[in-house]
Amino acid sequence: MTARTVQRGEDDLVTVIGLEVHVQLETATKIFCGCPTEPADEPNENVCPVCLGLPGALPVLNEGAVESAVRIGKAIDATIPEETRFHRKNYYYPDLPKNFQITQYDEPICADGELEITVEGDRRTVTIERAHLEEDPGSLQHVGGGGGIDSAEYTLVDYNRAGVPLMEIVTAPDFRSPAEVRAFLAELTEVLEYLGVFDAERDGSLRVDANLSMIPGEEIEGDAREIGTDALEAANRTEVKNISSHRGAEKALAYEETRQKNAIERGRAIEQETRHWDESRGITVSMRSKEEEKDYRYFEEADLPPLRVADWKEEISIPELPSARRERFQGEYGLSEEAASKLTSRKEVADFYEDVAREYDPDLAATWVADELLGELNYRGTEITAVEDRLAEVRRLIALVADEEITAKNAKEVVLRGMLDDGDDPETIVSREDLGKTDEGEVQRAVEEAIEDNPEAVADVEGGDDGAINFLVGQVMGKTGGSADPGEVNRLLRAEIEG
Amino acid sequence: MSDAFITEERIEGRDEGPLAGRTVAVKDNISTAGVRTTCGSRMLAEYVPPYDATVVSRLKEAGATVVGKTNMDEFGMGSTTETSHFGPTENPVAPGRVPGGSSGGSAAAVAAGEADLALGSDTGGSVRCPAAFCGVVGIKPTYGLVSRYGLVAYANSLEQIGPFGETVADAAALLDVIAGSDDRDATTRTEGDDSSYADAATGDVEGLTIGVPTELFEGADEGVVETTRAALGELEDRGAETREVSLPSIEHAVEAYYVIATSEASSNLARFDGVRYGHSAEAEGNWNEAFGRTREEGFGEEVKRRILLGTYALSAGYHDKYYAKAQDARAWVKQDFDSALEEADVLASPTMPVPPFELGESLDDPLQMYLADANTVPVNLADLPAISVPAGETDGLPVGLQLIGPAFGERRLIRAASALA
Repeated sequence: MTARTVQRGEDDLVTVIGLEVHVQLETATKIFCGCPTEPADEPNENVCPVCLGLPGALPVLNEGAVESAVRIGKAIDATIPEETRFHRKNYYYPDLPKNFQITQYDEPICADGELEITVEGDRRTVTIERAHLEEDPGSLQHVGGGGGIDSAEYTLVDYNRAGVPLMEIVTAPDFRSPAEVRAFLAELTEVLEYLGVFDAERDGSLRVDANLSMIPGEEIEGDAREIGTDALEAANRTEVKNISSHRGAEKALAYEETRQKNAIERGRAIEQETRHWDESRGITVSMRSKEEEKDYRYFEEADLPPLRVADWKEEISIPELPSARRERFQGEYGLSEEAASKLTSRKEVADFYEDVAREYDPDLAATWVADELLGELNYRGTEITAVEDRLAEVRRLIALVADEEITAKNAKEVVLRGMLDDGDDPETIVSREDLGKTDEGEVQRAVEEAIEDNPEAVADVEGGDDGAINFLVGQVMGKTGGSADPGEVNRLLRAEIEG
Repeated sequence: MSDAFITEERIEGRDEGPLAGRTVAVKDNISTAGVRTTCGSRMLAEYVPPYDATVVSRLKEAGATVVGKTNMDEFGMGSTTETSHFGPTENPVAPGRVPGGSSGGSAAAVAAGEADLALGSDTGGSVRCPAAFCGVVGIKPTYGLVSRYGLVAYANSLEQIGPFGETVADAAALLDVIAGSDDRDATTRTEGDDSSYADAATGDVEGLTIGVPTELFEGADEGVVETTRAALGELEDRGAETREVSLPSIEHAVEAYYVIATSEASSNLARFDGVRYGHSAEAEGNWNEAFGRTREEGFGEEVKRRILLGTYALSAGYHDKYYAKAQDARAWVKQDFDSALEEADVLASPTMPVPPFELGESLDDPLQMYLADANTVPVNLADLPAISVPAGETDGLPVGLQLIGPAFGERRLIRAASALA
């Protein structure tokens, strides 16, 4: 780890943050039953005896969720045990159909992992203590009255989400600023999307709980990155809930950091409590003050036998991850760090770039993929996954530019925009708008190539063999896709050979 | 209506199949689509499941006719069928006495001829106890042999659905229908997939070694011991051999069982909150109040007692002292059975250490009731199969002989027990 020492004075407070990140795994069906995970039109539509917790129903583990978890474990270089098992976390809440949650406790599927992040040019490693599988509860809708959890007239429950597979990723208290948290979340979600296990666009797919405390500078010996457990345990921390985005995390924690700092500077103690991030007001508010130690009465879920995951580990492979790909792009294609970052932030973009760069000039490919294509998509508020079926056409357009068939300006301003706005293919637009550099030039080039490639036939023509000229005409016709006039080709060939 | 049933409603199966023309009574904690499934509780008095338990689907497929849902101790918690919200069931062969429990209605229905066969569930003896008290045959299968999908859980690591019949061959034929793996129950195993248990009811015990654990005879009623020994003598006359074996850890079994069973129950029964189904109290106010009132009204005393015990045993600070220790004891009991079954093909004991209680006799003394399970609960702790077969009578009251076998040794048990019934 190459971490920069965090600067501090004797009286300074050092911010310490740890995260519990819940991500929704992209599986077709729920974690313990066959109900779809797709959002439903109506409440309580994607439900069955299992996810409703009807008496007698039993959970059966979705192997897709396990596979996703193993992918994540490999990506964060975690220990995946020989065997993993599930526990019940017992608590009563109306959104929890069984009044216990099936989750993992002391035998999680992933432990002791890490993820490298870059903050302001510094690389640093965040320790991931554990990552485990669990089921999502349902959702509550508070109706009438003040509409709040305490003020509503009544509350409706929707179990469509109940049983959606989640991975809870728990970090060590390794963050020293809200900006680091944001960088971590960006890197994490990038990795998860690369693995194909997560969709950042999906509503509610990311939920973050953050623990924040302020440690007095004098209690820290040496580097503030290495704070002893005593100092950590001595400080009261607040748990901030209801964070659902990278930016929201940074804002919520910056707010909480300032709030705690102000309180401490005014000589007030920080209460150990749970606080709710109110996104619209931009503040955290106290939810539960000085809550009693929660007792979830964890014990083994006997309905799910221990799962041997050792074999899965061998069988499941993961793609090259964004950080590795970023470095490779810089070396292999000579890209700047900025261009490499832009091109690797999504796997689909990076895959497309490589596809183009292998055949054409990597710089031209970078400009066309990172700037022109992503720029136009961004302007239209869409992204590469929405035009997956058009990428072959974009590739042909880039080929036209690379082969100097059309100008870069026309390619971008007329053809690409026309393709995206009207759905036409590039050739149609080129010919409709008459953008092709002269046909004559193309035919002439084909004639020259045919002569160069076929010296024997040329010699035969020179020797007076008329059959050989027909062979050369056929070659040119092939190269021009049959669009040239054979008589004209014949004339050009003779002019070239005999002239 | 017979007091063996909570709901008498016919569910017809296919016209053909191994159980065509036969009637089956089903314990009321086994889900039947469209027919209420109460678990003997006010909590579920009006609950109608939208789906069939796997065993019910298999009954229909086998051509059986379900004749009704039988009475039981509330959520399976009891050994007398008296904790039922719907009132007690009288023992049809011992008037004035209980039929045993918790599957008392199922055993009574078979004993009274109101059904050819019946299904019960056995968490700590709930099939074997009423089989013994009503003078019929009851089988507790190896854990994982029969799907629990649709069985309303009391203690899910311990229980299995099991068959009742007047004869061992009858019960075995029903076991053939319900045994086998199920995609909906991850704890099921494939050992019962191509079973032929009924074929095993040959009564041939020539050369069979029967281990007699001394601990399971100690403290039992004299008449019960005599009757049991007489039945063993009959097996010896037919060529079996008996030898004493020891199960030293068994003294911890009842304690371990009640800690584990109540712990699991406290979690399994948490879902009854009146939100989605079941009894819902008229309560103004917040969730906690409504939830508390619903459970106060919906559950009976024994159920509340066990939920409280289990919640306590799992609580921080007590978990290691009770729950974790009980798991240790469970492992010791398993080891003891493994050793004993290396010395003998099957083990034998009185199913119940006492003859059937008089109605009302044990209601005020839960501890007495818990101790009556001493011979049956160890088998559940060890996940093993066992059968209770009529051994005879003492003072005109039925006595059951329990035979215990190795995991998935049902055929061996059926062969041995069929020498008696």
